[in-house]
Amino acid sequence: MIYLYLLSGVFLGWSLGANDASNVIGTAVATRMLRFRTAAVLCGLFVILGAVHGGAGTTETLGRLGAVNAPAGAFMVTLAAALTVFWMTRLELPVSTTQAIIGSILGWNLFAHSATDAGSLGRIVSSWAASIALSAALAAALYALVRAVMRRRRVRLLDLDARTRLGLILVGAFGAYSLGANNIANVMGVFVPVSPFHDVEIAGLFTLTGTQILFLTGGLAIAAGVLTYSRQVIRKVGNDLLKLSPLAGLIVVLAASITLFLFSSQGLEAWLRARGLPSFPLVPISSSHAIVGGIVGIAAVKRGRNIRFRVLGEIVLGWLATPILAGMITFFGLFILQNVFSQEVFHP
Amino acid sequence: MSLISLRKSKVLEGQIDELLDTISRGSLVFRNGIKEYLDGEIGRFEAAIAELTGMESHADELRRTIESRLYLHSLIPEMRGDVLGLLESMDTVINSEKKTLLQFSVEMPDIPAEFCPDFLTLAEGSRSAAEEMVTAVRAFFHDFNMVKNYLHKVYFYEKEADKISDRLKRRIFASGLDLSHKIHLRYFALHIENISDYAEDVADRLSISSIKRSD
Repeated sequence: MIYLYLLSGVFLGWSLGANDASNVIGTAVATRMLRFRTAAVLCGLFVILGAVHGGAGTTETLGRLGAVNAPAGAFMVTLAAALTVFWMTRLELPVSTTQAIIGSILGWNLFAHSATDAGSLGRIVSSWAASIALSAALAAALYALVRAVMRRRRVRLLDLDARTRLGLILVGAFGAYSLGANNIANVMGVFVPVSPFHDVEIAGLFTLTGTQILFLTGGLAIAAGVLTYSRQVIRKVGNDLLKLSPLAGLIVVLAASITLFLFSSQGLEAWLRARGLPSFPLVPISSSHAIVGGIVGIAAVKRGRNIRFRVLGEIVLGWLATPILAGMITFFGLFILQNVFSQEVFHP
Repeated sequence: MSLISLRKSKVLEGQIDELLDTISRGSLVFRNGIKEYLDGEIGRFEAAIAELTGMESHADELRRTIESRLYLHSLIPEMRGDVLGLLESMDTVINSEKKTLLQFSVEMPDIPAEFCPDFLTLAEGSRSAAEEMVTAVRAFFHDFNMVKNYLHKVYFYEKEADKISDRLKRRIFASGLDLSHKIHLRYFALHIENISDYAEDVADRLSISSIKRSD
């Protein structure tokens, strides 16, 4: 039965891949610097790597927000988030999977009369705001720096083109890794307490823990979403908010990837703490937030020229609607599972 | 993958340079051809036509190769339309130089000695506009920040060519020549002047592309 429940996580992973890949490879594909297939395969591989290798940190924070303690409950939480993300994807809006899962967990907390950890919720929501601001600041600084350098140096058009292409590949891979590491918690995090997998040794070389196998499953689902359905979203989102040159697009993805990485790297957190420096909370943030933040950062350097405020408004409205919608679907879904299908959706 | 892309870019850059060199040399040959004609050196004038015709064919071949390479290897995708437009409008300059010399060869206009210096100055003006255009286009590919420094020179020489042409046509029509002769000479002044106008068109395109790139 648990494997059947896991399918909702796979569905959410697929939806995340379909929707969030546009954040990482959207510019490269929309500006035709990379072929969709090349970008999608690269993105899929690095998402899996990020999920398996670096996904643990953010999962802990999500677990503290609300430990969904019954498989059927975890199923509905994930399914509600997946349906919300899928619906938003159909509407071609760059929705935040993180917001959807947080909304769903809050819906479960409400249904199960489980107290919401206000500290964790506050940390997550403030991290969203911080991630937008950080990504915007990083993109603005990088863009201003690149512009200044390009004004002072001889810029060869074809050279710049080739180097931008290489940059898009490298940053796309880094972005995909960070996306996998930061967002796998959204896809599989609620299943960690009820995971059916055990540790497996691979050819005597290394051991995959049960959680890592769970994350691998989620990573594969994300990769499948990227390969099968992300092209449509990329076409829509690629150039809608602000028409970006490939170089500006590269800067946006780099800023967003650094932001995602900062909020998910356990290694960096430990390194900063060891030196008594303030560290970033390991919180699942939204790649859509980070990308939009980056675009707004570049728009700020350009003094707001060419930005489509109507599209920005639609995106922000989508962000507000996502957790509410996901929470409502979860609540009613749990009610139906419990009262119609007689499933135990939480342990009191 | 990107190292391959860098190598392809180098090859393409070489071909673009060759095209620009050909167009630049074409404008020198054009100016020399006019001079030979005005000096009555018809043999050397015909040799200039043959040379320019060869250059024009070579420029056409290079342009087609560059265009297909741009598409085949999907290079500079966001600028491709602009670059193709630029190459095609540059081609108009060398085409027009060749056609003008051929018209001289076919119609053999009788240019009185008093107008020869003005015709030569006009050809010189158009040549300068075309050469500065080539320099500006080269800067677009090699040193983007320098484009503006050359564009204003193209506009300057185009205006100069306009002024010379206007003065020449006024002098022609103020002279005692037959009306048919006057119209014939005006026609040739117009064709030489047009070359600088085509160079100006290229400069206009370049100016817009530069604004788009610097954004």
